[in-house]
Amino acid sequence: MDTVVLLLCTGLGLGALYFLVASGLSLIFGLMDVLNFAHGALLSIGAYATWWAGTEAGFPFWLAVPFGTLLGTAAAVLLELFLIRPLYSRPRDQILATVGVGLAIPALLMGVWGADSRPFPQPALLSGTWHVLGATVPVNRFVLVAAAALVLLTLRLFLARTRYGLIVRAGVEDRAMVTALGIDVRKAFTLVFAIGGAAAALGGALGGLYFGSVSPGQGTGLLIFAFVVVVMGGMGSVTGAAAASVGVGLVQQFANYYTGAGLGDLSVVVLLAVLLLVRPRGLTGRLA
Amino acid sequence: MSAETPITSTGGPAANRSAATSAGGTDTSPAMTAIPAEGTDTSSADTAIVERGTDTGLAETHCEHGGEPGAIPRTGDSITNRWTGVHRALRWWPIALLITLLVAPYSALPVPGLLDGPLGSPGSLQLLALCLLYGALATGYDLLLGRTGLLSFGHALYFATGLYATDLGMLELQLPFAAAAVFGVACTVLLALLLGSVSLRVTGIGFSMVTLAFAQAGSILVQRNPGGITGGEEGRSAPADLLPPGLLGIENTANLYWIAVGYLVLTVAAVYWAVNSPAGRVWEGIKENERRVEVLGLRPYGYKLVAFVMAGGLAGLGGVVYLLLTGGATPQAASSDATLALLVMVVLGGSGTRWGPLLGGVLYTWASHRLGDLANSTAVADLPAVLRVPLSQPLFLLGALFVAVVYLLPGGLARLPARIRAARSARSVPAPTGVRTARPTGGTPA
Repeated sequence: MDTVVLLLCTGLGLGALYFLVASGLSLIFGLMDVLNFAHGALLSIGAYATWWAGTEAGFPFWLAVPFGTLLGTAAAVLLELFLIRPLYSRPRDQILATVGVGLAIPALLMGVWGADSRPFPQPALLSGTWHVLGATVPVNRFVLVAAAALVLLTLRLFLARTRYGLIVRAGVEDRAMVTALGIDVRKAFTLVFAIGGAAAALGGALGGLYFGSVSPGQGTGLLIFAFVVVVMGGMGSVTGAAAASVGVGLVQQFANYYTGAGLGDLSVVVLLAVLLLVRPRGLTGRLA
Repeated sequence: MSAETPITSTGGPAANRSAATSAGGTDTSPAMTAIPAEGTDTSSADTAIVERGTDTGLAETHCEHGGEPGAIPRTGDSITNRWTGVHRALRWWPIALLITLLVAPYSALPVPGLLDGPLGSPGSLQLLALCLLYGALATGYDLLLGRTGLLSFGHALYFATGLYATDLGMLELQLPFAAAAVFGVACTVLLALLLGSVSLRVTGIGFSMVTLAFAQAGSILVQRNPGGITGGEEGRSAPADLLPPGLLGIENTANLYWIAVGYLVLTVAAVYWAVNSPAGRVWEGIKENERRVEVLGLRPYGYKLVAFVMAGGLAGLGGVVYLLLTGGATPQAASSDATLALLVMVVLGGSGTRWGPLLGGVLYTWASHRLGDLANSTAVADLPAVLRVPLSQPLFLLGALFVAVVYLLPGGLARLPARIRAARSARSVPAPTGVRTARPTGGTPA
């Protein structure tokens, strides 16, 4: 029983991490049709900025996380303004440009801080364990779930209640129509990139807690599973991404524990292929 | 890309076909004054021809698209005649290049800066062979990306299948090398047929992601080492006792190099043949507009599957060559980075062109090896940290280069000569006074 609870909590934590990456990825793809291969790099930027602020600069942890998130957001905005925007008329080249950035940024991080993983600062408050139904669960799992829930709630409110949220939702449905109505969608593009970058960087900052260390390849490794989540959840749907990330996180944890290491990762990837083939539009049936 | 000058149209296929009989060999006099020579200048340094040939030859492939087939050479114009002569001679540059490549192991020519040792030394030949291998792999991959318009993120899977299946055929099934190679390529073709028929059911970005998923599954499988077969992180080295003795040891590097050259020739010929076949024309149609191909009554699915299987099979054969070159199979070959590297090569050189992917593959492989040396050199070590750190990371330089190519050089290096010529002719021909021609007829220097 306690094993199941531990797996459940860990799976939920992993799912929360996936959601933080996938929500932005999903919105960006839904609105702009750009499959952002640099999203993993944004996560790495967030993770390294938090790590740097927490150790080398000596910030307290509660300040280091916003610092990392802010830096990731800034990187996302710069990426959109200087690389994606000049290529609006060449959709395939947009993807290729993000591939290049996705290669370059982890390499740069590796050049600055080395290829080895660095231990992540664990504040005393978050490094303990809680006893839940007889299982001993690290606190950081709950931190991740709480952060993801908060991001989900904020995104839902933003999309449902604000004017820009309305533009983004409309843009996901039919971009040409929104443009025809005289609304500058490009501002929404930058905004969506900023939101996605912030979520991914927060994921990186908190992912350091989950993994206990930061390494240059972490973001890219998570990106594939985030793709799975985006496809399963339906591209452009935040709620769908939330549901799918919980599913993927749980399936991966349980399969890895009960059937042998690696089989969980494999099953998730095969799941992506099967799902795309059976339902090309994703679980929620939105535009793909 | 409207660099159609009268010069190029006179050098069209009809003129060249007649030239094929007269221009017996290559000419080494400076390009501007070259006249079609009947006799062959045998005292020439081969490399000079090749270098000049590469520059103009790449431009020529584009002229072929723009040039009017069957245009009659204007015999009266002496300058045009001279240009035709240059074109006649340069039309043979791939042959000259091939001969240069074939005799390279016999040469002790030092190439300072480009290679560490002299041309024929084992180290240089190994690097050259790798360059040619990746050039060929990129050419095969372009069958999907540039010819059919399919953005596959899983091409490394087929390369790795050829690599691992051949290696395991020897290690586990005790097959001799030739049989293992056939086994490896057969496995690859079967896998490409199976996965291709499944993943081509979705189109667009969905296809990219399905191929990525399959390749990732393969990569995970190889790394997890099921039943101790794949060797996990370390991979498996090829058994020396089952390989032909002529392919073993450092003194036989030249043989491996020739195999790489052979693989390159085979790939380029296969791609050339396929693209010019009726199926190739349908591929081009699919790339431009798949819906219209369907409207014409053709089913794109089958054509795309043929392209997918053919590209996969070529990649599998490349895996066999790679096994010989490196003497083992490692999981890096299956990683998604390997596919991305192929993508970078093709885009760098120019997708959809005959020589672009080859050029890109050679340049990328050479650069990634030489940049590693650059990173360790003292010139870089003395730089301030702001410059040293990025320069010491080959992957960073390549990623940045890739972004720069996508951004500044759409169409890749292969389209560069055409772009320069277009820019130059636009400058050299001022528009007639008062009249603005909608489409300039091209800048003739005459």
